[in-house]
Amino acid sequence: MAKENKKTKNTQYLTIKEEREIAKSNRKIMKQFERAKNRKNVDESEFTTQMHDPRNVIEIDNLHTYFYTDVGTTKAVNGVSFKIPEGKIVGVVGESGCGKSVTSLSVMQLVQGPVGQIVDGSIRYTTSEGKCYDIAKMPRDEMRRIRGKEIAMIFQEPMTSLNPVFKIGDQLDEALAIFEPKMSKNEVKARSIEMLEMVGIADQEKIYHNYPHELSGGMRQRVMIAMALICNPRLIIADEPTTALDVTIQAQILELLLEVKNKINGSIMLITHDLGVIAGMADYVVVMYAGKIVEAGDIHDIFKNPKHPYTVGLMRSLPSLSHVVTGSRLYSIPGQVPSPVNLPDNCYFCNRCEYSFDICMEQYPPDYYFEDNHRAACFLYDEKYKDLDLIKPELPRNLTDDSESIMARKIPQGRVVLESETDGFGG
Amino acid sequence: MVKYILKRLGLAIIILLGVSLLIYMLTMAMPADYIDNRTAAAVQSGQMTPEDVLRLKELYGLADKSLPGILKGYASWFSNALQGDLGFSFLYGRPVTQVIKEYVWISFFISLIAYVIEIIIAIPMGIRAAVNQYSGYDYTVSVFSMMATALPSFFLAALLMNFFSINLGWFPLQGLTTATKIFHPSDKWGIFLDKAWHLVLPIITLTLLSIGGLMRYTRTNMLEVMNSDYIRTARAKGLPEKKVINKHAFRNTFIPLVTTLSGMLPGLFSGAMITETVFSIPGIGSMALRATLQGDIPFVMGYNMFLAILTVIGYLISDLMYAVVDPRVQISK
Ligand SMILES: Nc1ncnc2c1ncn2[C@@H]1O[C@H](COP(=O)(O)OP(=O)(O)OP(=O)(O)O)[C@@H](O)[C@H]1O
Ligand code: SF4
Ligand SMILES: [Mg+2]
Repeated sequence: MAKENKKTKNTQYLTIKEEREIAKSNRKIMKQFERAKNRKNVDESEFTTQMHDPRNVIEIDNLHTYFYTDVGTTKAVNGVSFKIPEGKIVGVVGESGCGKSVTSLSVMQLVQGPVGQIVDGSIRYTTSEGKCYDIAKMPRDEMRRIRGKEIAMIFQEPMTSLNPVFKIGDQLDEALAIFEPKMSKNEVKARSIEMLEMVGIADQEKIYHNYPHELSGGMRQRVMIAMALICNPRLIIADEPTTALDVTIQAQILELLLEVKNKINGSIMLITHDLGVIAGMADYVVVMYAGKIVEAGDIHDIFKNPKHPYTVGLMRSLPSLSHVVTGSRLYSIPGQVPSPVNLPDNCYFCNRCEYSFDICMEQYPPDYYFEDNHRAACFLYDEKYKDLDLIKPELPRNLTDDSESIMARKIPQGRVVLESETDGFGG
Repeated sequence: MVKYILKRLGLAIIILLGVSLLIYMLTMAMPADYIDNRTAAAVQSGQMTPEDVLRLKELYGLADKSLPGILKGYASWFSNALQGDLGFSFLYGRPVTQVIKEYVWISFFISLIAYVIEIIIAIPMGIRAAVNQYSGYDYTVSVFSMMATALPSFFLAALLMNFFSINLGWFPLQGLTTATKIFHPSDKWGIFLDKAWHLVLPIITLTLLSIGGLMRYTRTNMLEVMNSDYIRTARAKGLPEKKVINKHAFRNTFIPLVTTLSGMLPGLFSGAMITETVFSIPGIGSMALRATLQGDIPFVMGYNMFLAILTVIGYLISDLMYAVVDPRVQISK
């Protein structure tokens, strides 16, 4: 009886003994990882590796990032693999809490330690000098070769991402001065001001001497972009760069991102939970759910021919013109994401999936491949179950048209046009 | 800025007015006053009658303990206080202001040195503990500082006395001067060294008592800052970890530290009652404790007013320092 209770125990409640055991094992594990990361003078060969395809900027392979919290191990990123080809934009979408930010922070080795640790997998990156490193294995000291100069990051929250006690100019100069120690103070300043101009700030001299609190959210995000770009990185990670901003500013910032990407000829990993943003910007899409990738592929494949029930659900919940016209209510996927602490052995989506069948409750689906690297982790596409005549998820007719129209909004330079703009000024 | 300070000073006067009334009423409500204490024996042996005592009390304005009587007494105390006259201490037989002026400096000296040592030790320790959260260093430092903070001052003082002066004989047990040594008045250096030697243990006691609090405060603030988004940005820029901590994180932790520590400055004059008494240091704290025990109402009144003024000044300094160290705070009115 007691044994059975333990098996079916509610994850919300832990006995003191269990808590103590968790804390003890956490401490041990965290110590091990921290020690490995803090090692000094590590031989470069230990974290040097080889790209699988030299055309990629970065290859993330089977990445696992866990948080060793007091209530158990949170598997925030649980076997994520994707790559970013040179000069391309890869969009990462998924609901809140699915591990998008943790994936991007892992790439920068900025996961909140000592609780958060990269426990497995590799992140292969080739520097501008042609050396290929595995970021997942790099000691902390060596990360300076990567951060800022090679990979730069723009964060979700422009309001809190700038240090409140230093002037904008100081914070920009500092970013450049680390990598260009030979530049004089004036040269650095000139470059900072030039960057401010590039991100569309009109009054650069004045802004240069302002404190962050004197700027609006949109302005601060522009400053963040300027800061990220100042050292000409090859990869920009933008973690929901527009979520905290209002709609008109959003469009401007996205447009700016595209513009500067073309100028520095870099790649972008664009994280968002807004499929509309992805449609207007990305070349490839990665859909994440509960720390795993459920579907990935070319933007056209994903938008016209989504395979995974979750992707279809996301598309159906996209607010678009048709909802406004027909007055129908916004769709939202029913149910909740499973707790990342106690992940089940079955498909993580099965409790919310309209298409689920027997096998879904028994094991986690592997990846099934379609044309052009389009893949989805769903048993519906398993040859074994072909005879079952399973209903496959499909976009409703009006939505296929919509997704066409959403994608069509990506005008040649990649400018995202707002609905109101096309309506108001189009004719 | 000037306007703001004037406004704050005006407010301070109102606060002090209320506080002084409150203190006066509480002091008058003390169960036995100086005259009771001094005459108790005489009354018992029949040398004085209760009527004599009452007449004495009337002389000192302590007889009428009804509310109007107290208020009347307060009014006269207050008008004198406005002219800088805090009354005449029964116990010390001198004006209260004179006693305070004379004994406050030794207290200030001890507290100031303890304060400086505390800052030098506690802040780097707090930062290091925060940067290495959950490490052995963090746990050890936290446990020791909590222990030192939790010990009552008289107990800690007794421990130190037992160990360093009785067992090891390194430092004198009590007092401020060595009674058996006679210094020539011109031997200023010798006198100074002798006094300093006597003050080592009291200073260690005060430092140990306060270090834990400041260390925990630094640690908490530093941890909060280290978890903030702008620290992540600083790291993402590629700054070396040293610079992230010493420049970006510390400059932000600095704000609450400076405001709190500067607000504590006036308090250095207030004396350490227990520690001074245990070590028999003639500072303002031990004087006040003696006066309180003996029911020396004018001195207790005067000393408490002195503390109230120090506290109010401390808050003012603390608020002004915010504007100095935090660019987001601007004092315009
Ligand atoms: N510092 C942390 N400590 C413990 N758990 C964390 C921490 N940071 C993230 N997590 C866990 O990792 C999971 C993924 O979080 P993440 O921030 O990557 O989500 P996200 O996809 O970026 O969501 P959002 O759209 O809200 O930004 C969450 O479920 C959260 O519980
Ligand atoms: S595997 Fe089953 S439950 Fe999971 S998404 Fe596919 S059909 Fe739904
Ligand atoms: Mg996020």
